[in-house]
Amino acid sequence: MRTPLSTVSGVLAVLPETNVNTDAIIPSAWLRTAKADLARGLFGARRFDEDGRERPGFVLNQGPFRTAKFLLSGENFGCGSSREAAVWALAQFGIRCVFAPSFADIFYENAFRNGVLAGIVDEATGAALAAAVERHCDAPDFTVDLPAGVIVDPDGHRHAFTVPPHRAAALIRGDDDIDLTLRHLDDIDGYFSAAKRDRDWLYTPTTDTRRQTP
Amino acid sequence: MTDPSLHPAAEAAAARPRTLFDKIWDAHTVKTLEDGRDLLFVDRHILQETTSAQAFENLARAGRKVRHPDLTVATQDHIVSTRPGRDEDTNPGGRELLGLMRTNTAANGIRHFGVDDPRQGIVHVMGPETGFALPGCLLTCGDSHTSTVGGLGAVGLGVGTSEVEHVLATQTLAMARPLTMRVTFNGVPGPGVSAKDLILHMIGELGFASGRGCAVEYAGPAIRALPVEGRLTVCNMSIEFGARLGLIAPDEATIDYVRGREFAPTGGAFDRAVAEWLRLHSDSDARFGRDFTIDCWRIAPQVTWGTSPQDVAGVDKAVPDPARFADAKRRELAAAALRYMGLEPGMPLEGIPIDVAFIGSCTNARLSDLIAAAAVARGRKVAPNVRALVVPGSMSVKRDAEALGLHRVFLDAGFEWRDAGCSMCVSINEDVVPPGARCMATSNRNFENRQGPRSRTHLASPAMVAAAAIRGRITDVRKETAA
Ligand code: SF4
Repeated sequence: MRTPLSTVSGVLAVLPETNVNTDAIIPSAWLRTAKADLARGLFGARRFDEDGRERPGFVLNQGPFRTAKFLLSGENFGCGSSREAAVWALAQFGIRCVFAPSFADIFYENAFRNGVLAGIVDEATGAALAAAVERHCDAPDFTVDLPAGVIVDPDGHRHAFTVPPHRAAALIRGDDDIDLTLRHLDDIDGYFSAAKRDRDWLYTPTTDTRRQTP
Repeated sequence: MTDPSLHPAAEAAAARPRTLFDKIWDAHTVKTLEDGRDLLFVDRHILQETTSAQAFENLARAGRKVRHPDLTVATQDHIVSTRPGRDEDTNPGGRELLGLMRTNTAANGIRHFGVDDPRQGIVHVMGPETGFALPGCLLTCGDSHTSTVGGLGAVGLGVGTSEVEHVLATQTLAMARPLTMRVTFNGVPGPGVSAKDLILHMIGELGFASGRGCAVEYAGPAIRALPVEGRLTVCNMSIEFGARLGLIAPDEATIDYVRGREFAPTGGAFDRAVAEWLRLHSDSDARFGRDFTIDCWRIAPQVTWGTSPQDVAGVDKAVPDPARFADAKRRELAAAALRYMGLEPGMPLEGIPIDVAFIGSCTNARLSDLIAAAAVARGRKVAPNVRALVVPGSMSVKRDAEALGLHRVFLDAGFEWRDAGCSMCVSINEDVVPPGARCMATSNRNFENRQGPRSRTHLASPAMVAAAAIRGRITDVRKETAA
C-alpha cells in the first residue's frame, strides 16, 4: 500500500521551462549514496550556488513556494536519464502532483509508481494556471481534486487535467504494483513453463564456469 | 484450411502482418491486464549499483524474495573508479553503493560481475558481450540506455528503481504497448562517417522528442551494413530522441556476433535459437505508426553545438543563428544553449578549442570504437592543453584492445588508459570535467552540468574525438585520415 492520493490542497509553483531533465531535477552528485537528503537535492544546481547558498531567483526559494505541493512546468518534463531519484526528490520535497503538457516516458511511469500524479494540462490551461499563481503570489493555494480531474485555483475556477482512469484509480486506492502483479502468479508460472519448453535455449544462462577468469 | 485448435482471435492475430517489435512483444506477453497494460515476462535482467540499492531494501522490507535469481546479473559501472588497478575503495564516494551491490547480490544468489571480475563493464557493453543479452529476448535494466541491446534484435527496456524491484519480485513488467516507428537509412555513408554520426544526424533531423512513446526499428541498407557494435551504438541513442526502445532485425552478422559468447546457447540449442532469430524481422506488409527515411549519402561527421542531442550539425558547418529557427521555442532554447556553451552564431564548428577529450561510455567504448580512435591517434600526440581519456566500456574490451596493442598507441600519444566504467559520461565517480571547460565526448548526453558543474559537452564519434584531442580543437576527421 502507498499513501493514497485523492484531494489535496497546497501551493502551486511554476517552472515555466520546457524539457526539464532529470539531471536538473536531481543532479548526479545526489545519487552517490542510498541515504541522500533528496529533498535538499531537488533542483540542486538550480536552487543552490556552488557554495551551497540559495539562488534567490529560483522559484522554490521564494516565499510560499518553499512549501509547494504542486509543480507546473513545460513540455517533455522529466526527460533524460531514468533515475527514479528525480521522483523521490520531488516527493521528499513534498510535491504530490506535477502538471505539464507532456512528460518523458520513464519519468511518467516512475511518478505513478511512487504515488506522484503526473497530470497533463494543455498549453492554454497551463497559461491560465500560471496567471492564477501570478495573481495570488502571496497565497497561491490550489486544490487538486483527482477523482474530478480538476485543479481548483484560489478564485474557485476549475482547470481540467488528463490522467488515464486506471492510473487515477490506482493513485486513489494507493495500489502497490507488485501486490497487483503477484495476483497473476499462476499465469506467470504457466507462461514460464511453456516458454522454457518452446525456447529451451533462452532460460539456461548458467554457464558460469565455462570461461572463468582468463 | 483452418486449424480448429486456433481461437478465431488468435488466428487473426497470427495472420496479421507484424513488425519485428510486435513479434517479440507478443511472445513475451503473459496476459493483458484490466487497465490495458501488458504483463511481460522478462528473460534477462541486469543490475547496476546506482539504481538497485533501494529496490533490494524495499524487497526486504516487504519480505519478498527474488523470484528467478538466475535470470539476473549485476555489475558495478556508474560510480566505480576508472583508475588503472582500482578496487571498490579507490573512489571513496562510491564505497557505499558498491558495497551494497555486492552484499545484496550475494544475499539473493545473483551473479555479480564487480570490479574484481574480468567481466565487469558498463551494463550495456557487458550484456551483449557476455551473451547474457540475446536476440529476441526481453531485457530490462534500471538504466535508460537499455535500448542498446536492440542492436542484437532484442527488446531492451530501461526502467526505474520501482520497476527493478518489480522485476526482481515477479520477473515481469507491466507496461502499455508502445507505438511503432521505423527509420530507414538509405545510401552509403562516406568515409569518416560512423554509426554515431548516423544516429546524431537522425536526431537532428527528426527532433529530440520525435520518438516519444515509440518502439523504433532501424532499417535500410546503411543499417544492414553496420557491424553489430555499430548497431548497438545506434540503438543506444534511441533514448536521445525520446523513444522507449530501438531495435534492428538480427541477421547473419548478429548470429556470428553471438556465437561462442559465455552465456550464449551452445550446440543444438544454439541451432534452435538461430532458427528462431532468423524469423525475427518485420513482415513485408507490416505497418508502422510512423515511418521516416534518412539519406546517408551527404551526412558529414557530426558534432553537437548545444545542450540537447538535437543541437547537432556536420563538422563542416557553423554554429547556427538561433534567430533562423522557425519555431519560437526552439529559438529560445538554441539561444540559451549557445550562452551556456559560450559560442557565437556563425562561428565555424571546426576550430573550436577544447580542454578535455573523453572516449568512453555505453555508446562508444567497444573494441571497434577504440580501433577507430587509435587509427587517428597512432604516432601522434595529444595537444598540450588537452586532458584526453580512453575508458574502455568493459574490462573485456580493455583486454582485447591491449591484445591489439591499442593501449600503446593511446599511451604514447598522451591519452590516459583507464579501467572500465561510465566515467565522464555521467561524472558521479571522480572523473569530472572542470567548471567551464569544454569537452569533446563520445557519450550520449550533452545536458547542462552533465559532465560536472558548468561543463560544456560536444558529442561526436570516437574518431572525431581522437582528432580533436590531437589538434586541441574540433577537427574534421576526414581531413586527418586523408593526410
Ligand atoms: S555510460 Fe553513460 S549513458 Fe551509459 S550507462 Fe553509463 S552513465 Fe548511462
